[in-house]
Amino acid sequence: MGIEKILGDNIILTQLNKIVNWARKYSFFLYPFITACCGMEFMSVAGPRYDLDRFGAALPRFSPRQADLMMVVGTISHKQAPILVKVYNQMAEPKWVLSYGVCACSGGFYNNYATVQGIDTLIPVDIYIPGCPPRPEMVLDGLIKLQKKVAEERFSDWPKGASPVAGV
Amino acid sequence: MSEDGVTIKRLRDKFPDSIIESHSFRGDDTVIIKKEDIVEVCRFLRDEKGLAYNFMMDLTVVDYLNIREEPRFEVVYHLYSLEHNHRVRIKAPVSESDCSIDSIISLWIGANWFEREAYDMYGIIFKGHPDIRRILLYKEFKGHPLRKDYPVQGRQPLIGPKN
Amino acid sequence: MTDLKQGLHTNYMVLNMGPSHPATHGTVKFLLTLDGETVVDCDVEIGYLHRGFEKMCENGTWCQVFPYTDRLNYNSAIINNVGYAMAVEKLLGIDIPERCKYIRVITSEIARLADHFTNIGAAALELGAFTAFLYFVEVRELMWELLEGVCGARLTSNYIRIGGLYRDLPSDFKERVKKAFTKSRSLYNDVDKLLTKNRIFLDRMRDVGAISSEEAIAYGFTGPCLRSCGVPYDVRKANPYLIYDQLDWMVPVGEKGDNFDRYLVRMEEIIQSMRIVEQALKGIPDGPINIDDPRIRLPAKDYVYTSMEELIDHFKVVTEGIKPPKGEIYFAVEGANGELGFYLVSDGGGKPVKCRVRAPCFAITQAMPRMVKGGLIADIIPTFDMINLIGGECDR
Repeated sequence: MGIEKILGDNIILTQLNKIVNWARKYSFFLYPFITACCGMEFMSVAGPRYDLDRFGAALPRFSPRQADLMMVVGTISHKQAPILVKVYNQMAEPKWVLSYGVCACSGGFYNNYATVQGIDTLIPVDIYIPGCPPRPEMVLDGLIKLQKKVAEERFSDWPKGASPVAGV
Repeated sequence: MSEDGVTIKRLRDKFPDSIIESHSFRGDDTVIIKKEDIVEVCRFLRDEKGLAYNFMMDLTVVDYLNIREEPRFEVVYHLYSLEHNHRVRIKAPVSESDCSIDSIISLWIGANWFEREAYDMYGIIFKGHPDIRRILLYKEFKGHPLRKDYPVQGRQPLIGPKN
Repeated sequence: MTDLKQGLHTNYMVLNMGPSHPATHGTVKFLLTLDGETVVDCDVEIGYLHRGFEKMCENGTWCQVFPYTDRLNYNSAIINNVGYAMAVEKLLGIDIPERCKYIRVITSEIARLADHFTNIGAAALELGAFTAFLYFVEVRELMWELLEGVCGARLTSNYIRIGGLYRDLPSDFKERVKKAFTKSRSLYNDVDKLLTKNRIFLDRMRDVGAISSEEAIAYGFTGPCLRSCGVPYDVRKANPYLIYDQLDWMVPVGEKGDNFDRYLVRMEEIIQSMRIVEQALKGIPDGPINIDDPRIRLPAKDYVYTSMEELIDHFKVVTEGIKPPKGEIYFAVEGANGELGFYLVSDGGGKPVKCRVRAPCFAITQAMPRMVKGGLIADIIPTFDMINLIGGECDR
């Protein structure tokens, strides 16, 4: 962001902050990182009945470079983990991560050799939506909560940098 | 049921020396054979008229660690005949010291991935398989997770912390 | 033309397609060797959704396996539930009440409908027909509403129990099905008109990814993919289980075994599944849904709270698990993708020694290189859509 450099510590900054956040929170561009069962529910969320479009988060971008909200939908196995970190690091800032479903949040009931026990061991997560799979209403609720979180962010929060886990 | 008995009988006539045991539990015909003869037995079952087991439905391995003495593993084949609508289960014991068996990929090309999976999960080597490597796990993974002595939570992450 | 190519340095290009690719609606990686746009070689890498199904089953009791079976083919969870429950029942050597059989058939077929709707809808989406996708997602929503009314969950139902069911159908289920099916049929007809004679759809689907019946059998194809080659193999007809042999329905078959035939077979199966549900609902008898054997099926909650005997039975089933006799069985049901077989080994204890799933799309996916080689790179998308790879089932 160049705005904070130009304006410095001006009084107007808080207002601009709000405007930018307002714009950001209603225009999420998703990157659906779909791996498992939750993807079926994601289709419903994006589909006609629950309609993610109402919240300004309709258009999935399948290139991480164009997306700012990464939805990790489903179980992340250890084979998949390096790919997740890579895709996260490819996304441009500001970026947010939504952990969709209990497998992404904590590994769920797959407490075994194959499954990552929560994606927060790999990348920073902004919002967790539990459920196996979460109902669409929960996802919409989670999205609204994320919007609230975005509205309270400050320019100094960014950039957050690459994932703390060493990339491959 | 009478026709199902035919499979075991025909096998006994043809391969009297290779059959270790046969039984029928809940209508499932099972033949346990010596692992050296697996390809010949399968070829006979597939090509013989009146048997015509043209589907290789499933191939898997069972680990009998702590349940019985050697041989520790058993490779299990499920065959199905479309023409006669009958099924048979062929089992071949494999010991831990000589963890290998002949591949049946020359008979059913579809056995390819099933054998790779069996190798991945149990470490059984299929001799004659053109491309025996891991399929579900990654090549950095050490050990074979479905063996009974592999811990459930034996994680080997490629990236990130262990838990 | 030859002059132009002289001295030109041409080489095969190696391209990674996946594992996180928008058109592969599962996690799978194709390692492609391309000559221009023609696929010369293809290596399929699966396992990105390997979650250790068998290891988890071996470490739980027989009843605790059900939630894991839900997440095999998550589009049609109830069929997996039914397959596993019936496999254990075969191992135990028990028979279930008549009403339970009917309900299992009804819920399985609704799950199959949801699976086929998802499959065709997603395939249409990836070939650019967004409207068809929206219509079929809406129909699937109707199917899930029905299932939600039955078991409380939309997707991962965990509805079937060993020797019975979690609970009975809601009292107004017949009217609900009637209403949902009327709407589904109308949307189905819309999609049929949008896709089946659509020029773009036809060009992308027809004569693409064809395979002969001999090869399909050698690869171990089952389900709609095998039937599209003209082989009328359906477990529901070949080895009838539950009440499928008492109902009037047909097995649709294709001719050429290409993607369009697979699409048509699935579309026709939707009609047949609806017929099955309607007939089963017409003939459903009254009666108990669970077997009366406290060693296997949990007693009703009312009795558990009031009677000592039932409390002990409940306690024993929950803590020790049911104890099937020593032995091994293989039981197959017709999943949405083909023969879904369960191979169980018991040593007489409370936990399975082995709980193996014969996943239909595992066998079909390995024929991907055979089906896409020599074709264009764009043809991978419809072929991959029509084999309907479900990560949970393929990788387990």
